[in-house]
Amino acid sequence: MGEMDTLKKEADGLKAQIEAGRKAVNDTTMATLASGVAAAPRVQLKNRKTLKGHLAKIYGLHWSADNRHMVSASQDGKLLIWDTYTGNKVYAVPLKSSWVMSCSMAPSGNLVASGGLDNMCTIANIKGASPKTLRELDAHEGYLSHSRFLNDSEILTASGDTTCCLWDLETGKQKVIYKSHVGDCMCLAVSPDQNTFISGACDSSAKLWDIRDGGCKQTFIGHTSDINAIAFYPSGTAVITGSDDCTLKMYDLRADQEVNGYQDAALNAGVTSVSLSSSGRLIFAGYDNFNCNIWDSLKAEKVGVLSGHDNRVSCIGVPDDGLGVCTGSWDSFLKIWN
Amino acid sequence: MPGVINMDELTDVDKAKMERDQKKIEVKLERWLTSKCCTEFMEAVQAGVEDDTLVKGIAEDKNPFKELKGGCVVC
Repeated sequence: MGEMDTLKKEADGLKAQIEAGRKAVNDTTMATLASGVAAAPRVQLKNRKTLKGHLAKIYGLHWSADNRHMVSASQDGKLLIWDTYTGNKVYAVPLKSSWVMSCSMAPSGNLVASGGLDNMCTIANIKGASPKTLRELDAHEGYLSHSRFLNDSEILTASGDTTCCLWDLETGKQKVIYKSHVGDCMCLAVSPDQNTFISGACDSSAKLWDIRDGGCKQTFIGHTSDINAIAFYPSGTAVITGSDDCTLKMYDLRADQEVNGYQDAALNAGVTSVSLSSSGRLIFAGYDNFNCNIWDSLKAEKVGVLSGHDNRVSCIGVPDDGLGVCTGSWDSFLKIWN
Repeated sequence: MPGVINMDELTDVDKAKMERDQKKIEVKLERWLTSKCCTEFMEAVQAGVEDDTLVKGIAEDKNPFKELKGGCVVC
């Protein structure tokens, strides 16, 4: 047998052992356990505000840790920072490349990051008299699909080059490269304790990484298409993924497997974005079909819908205090609901 | 720098080795019973539901996103 065949046989054998290990601990399902839980009330959220200002498709949004400000990114070539209580735009950050795919704000509120088809992550300081570019993080060999700050000196990025990366913002250099996915990385979420993060990719898998040593600790399979969106539960013990296969899945990190699935035969639109209510009871998922569906995370039932956008819902976010949910769309508007 | 791999230099055999080595790490994981994980998970979620605004709703006067009526908004 050639070396390739030997290696493949070994890997397949190990994968079979992993699946057997997962099956061995799978003594019940969330569906069974949740049958005794009272149904979540039918959720009827109202559109409280519509933020108008972008002139083209919105591709990303991220709430500030102050629960009031928010950054949004549009292919009109701008990041806008909003005061969501008044609906006013506080800053506009012009982008060198308008092909932006994501944006994020540092927990401090001092910095914003953006990137896309330019393969770069650009960091801007928004606390001066006018927004100033601080760093251009330029080493990925594919598009920048997602980013999240750990603090004002470190940021994680996910890229179409199949890797994720931790950058040092003091030097502008890569500190750690996370390599194991075999498809474009589309999204990432940081664990509440900031020791690990999870990534979703076009190879249909989600991977849990040790932030500091770069090692992949666990791989979650089951989706049959690109994973576009991912969110960590506040407990740090579970994650939700959203995929082009039109489903969402909950993976429990300690059971190392899928424990709940969210799908509907009538739904044939891919999931673009996902966010959780403060308790995690509700999952907000944006779809290609212009809607955002609200799922009961325990009973896996659809309990509401946010409709009002005239195009794909591309991004969703709930602020840390859980007082509302914001949807961003290719129709160029952001809507806040509660 | 941890994790640095120059992808251009990786052959198919290298990639197959990486996969095999990754699975060697993952096979060792100690897994918890789903009954224990799901029960704990559900308890944690239910404990937070009372304070979850998007489940319980919010009073109009406490809603920071309510439409501001009257007055002047300078953009």
